[in-house]
Amino acid sequence: MSTKLKDLAKKREILESGHRMCAGCGAPVAVRQILMGAPDDVELVIANPTGCLEVSTTIYPFNSWNASYIHCGFENVASTLSGTEAAYRSLKRQGKIEEDYRFVAFGGDGGTYDIGLQALSGVLERGHRMVYVCYNNEAYMNTGIQRSSATLKGAWTTTSPHGKESFGKTENRKDLTGIVAAHNIPYAAQASISHWRDVVRKAQKAFEADGPSFINILAPCHRGWRYPMEQTIELARLAVQTCVWPLYEVENGVWNLTTKVKKKKPLEEYLKLQGRFAHLFTEQNQEALQSIQEYVDRDWERILRLCGETEE
Amino acid sequence: MALLESKTVALVGNDAVAEAMRQVNPDVVAAYPITPQTDIVQTFSAMAADGLVKTELVNVESEHSAMSACIGAAASGARVMTATCSQGLALMWELLYIASGLRLPIVMPNVNRALSAPINIHCDHGDSMGARDSGWIQLFSENAQEAYDNIIQAVRISEHPDVYLPVMVLLDGFIISHAVDRMDLMEDEKVRNFIGERSEPYTMLDSKNPTCVGPFDGLYGYFFEFKRQQEEAMKNSFQVIQDVGKEFEKISGRSYGLFQTLGMEDAEFVVIAQGSGAGTIRHQVECMRSSGIPVGMIKLRSFRPFPAKQLVELLSGVKAVAVFDRSDTFAGGMGGPVFIELRSSFYEQEKKPLITNYIYGLGGRDLSIALVKQAMQEIHEMASSGRVKQMVNYLGLKE
Ligand SMILES: Cc1ncc(C[n+]2csc(CCOP(=O)(O)OP(=O)(O)O)c2C)c(N)n1
Ligand code: SF4
Ligand SMILES: [Mg+2]
Repeated sequence: MSTKLKDLAKKREILESGHRMCAGCGAPVAVRQILMGAPDDVELVIANPTGCLEVSTTIYPFNSWNASYIHCGFENVASTLSGTEAAYRSLKRQGKIEEDYRFVAFGGDGGTYDIGLQALSGVLERGHRMVYVCYNNEAYMNTGIQRSSATLKGAWTTTSPHGKESFGKTENRKDLTGIVAAHNIPYAAQASISHWRDVVRKAQKAFEADGPSFINILAPCHRGWRYPMEQTIELARLAVQTCVWPLYEVENGVWNLTTKVKKKKPLEEYLKLQGRFAHLFTEQNQEALQSIQEYVDRDWERILRLCGETEE
Repeated sequence: MALLESKTVALVGNDAVAEAMRQVNPDVVAAYPITPQTDIVQTFSAMAADGLVKTELVNVESEHSAMSACIGAAASGARVMTATCSQGLALMWELLYIASGLRLPIVMPNVNRALSAPINIHCDHGDSMGARDSGWIQLFSENAQEAYDNIIQAVRISEHPDVYLPVMVLLDGFIISHAVDRMDLMEDEKVRNFIGERSEPYTMLDSKNPTCVGPFDGLYGYFFEFKRQQEEAMKNSFQVIQDVGKEFEKISGRSYGLFQTLGMEDAEFVVIAQGSGAGTIRHQVECMRSSGIPVGMIKLRSFRPFPAKQLVELLSGVKAVAVFDRSDTFAGGMGGPVFIELRSSFYEQEKKPLITNYIYGLGGRDLSIALVKQAMQEIHEMASSGRVKQMVNYLGLKE
């Protein structure tokens, strides 16, 4: 399948314009890039858990989705869509449906890393054929920027505020992509909206996978990260270049680094642009800042090892 | 009886439920085991493994996911069932409201079991009573036969265009689920014809008409109207439950309505009960009636919707009513849920009976004939004296 712009430009838009996401939000960019990877000859059912994307794209009686859509609860998008997928298999087997359908869940990091992890794990283990996309903005944005287990250490959020005794979130984030890959599903990947061709290619593979597939895509939120809205793509790119968000895929158990980083940029270049990390650049928080860089270095080396690469 | 063409068998309640599920042959079943419901899932899994059903069986990792998957499947036009009880039903709680709010016809047997703590696997109605405001129709069963019959009728009731609400079929844990009962099974063909095919105006798997299910109701939305219409559907279900019951009688010979009565033509005092306890109480009522005591009985089948109007009509002429509740509301002396609702139904009535409440059988405490006898004597005295001695009574406590 093509990832050429001239071909992709011809594809039908599933998420129509006119939705109410903030201008400059990374999430709808992620959705559109992922859906560019959907085959043309299938019908889609889209599902969201509760979160920014859901509340902003389906404000009754309006609806921005050019496909069937379901929102059920916050922690159960995976299990809800697994029911839909099961219904499809049942009705298809009985000859009651002719078309081919694909099922796509777009869950926030809160709905995926935290409260929805059990339902996701169940779906991955049961092998439902669906593309699960975590649009990751590293916090609960819809409810006003609370920490999630995807939030980077040191970040200010409304539930991990910095103060006299705190440098913000004290814990490192959870390695969700690794947890998903440990379910031995056909396809899992990390992506970033700055690398659109990489996203489309990964989405194409995810749609092709005959079973569950998973893409964890970094989708910055300027409201929560505190940067000027026009810098969303730039921040997504810096996350890759500083190796805080490595791009890789795990295809049938084989790890593969999809974006090599020739010269890793210092983490500070990424953190400095964001208000949520501003407090780290003080005398008091030097040690914390250092520990975050160390975590990123360690994690990057781990990914390189898993992908059979060595640092240049 | 050639007309009815049934087969008399001896089955435990759970197997009767599984048999009804096999005959309904849902497109999707998503379920999770919990005592005393487990055998339903196991037996149905064996049926699926033997190819006896066309069902896509989803062995979910929790009841929360069971109901979520049922919602996702029902919104896709599939006929869907699950089964649960107690902690499992409690875990489904938020999804119960979503299922009914989305107006999805899901049928769910709930094998009534006490809710923790203390953890207890035996029967009471505290689990399903906790879901009484969730917008589900709730039908009680007295025995395996009724559980079986209720499930078949529930499919028709929930899918009726005037209703489109999920239905819970209640059967008492162990007392019904694990006890062998003599009952009649209908032929597959007859059940199939009775329930027909599911047809929905909207499904997510209609490519010509993509459907948005569960959109966000913004600040200026229609939440209030949706909820009012849900109540309207519940009101409509009074008629539908009775109509489906009549139609079911034609093919089975067994009649079903909102409740069943005994001796109401001359009763001076009346006992109301639901579930298996009604059997024990009926025995005592019959004994007393044969010795000339004017006692009557109402076995409530439909708790949701609550047939307040019909019950008031039936009871406003009697002297005393005792409501048996197999759960408590912990409201600080208000009594059990059926009692509270019946009592409030009489508020505007000038002519009303004395009403008293017996809370019994929590956590599976046995309802013996002796206990029923004791309660009956008290109610009889209440009817004669014209005075309620104690509004809420706990029957069979050890303390
Ligand atoms: C069971 C439950 N708990 C809490 C909430 C409140 N809630 C709604 S959305 C949300 C956070 C969403 O965060 P995320 O999944 O990261 O999506 P985002 O809004 O960031 O896109 C929370 C906490 C809820 N709706 N349901
Ligand atoms: S708050 Fe953040 S995630 Fe939500 S719509 Fe706005 S920019 Fe996007
Ligand atoms: Mg988020």
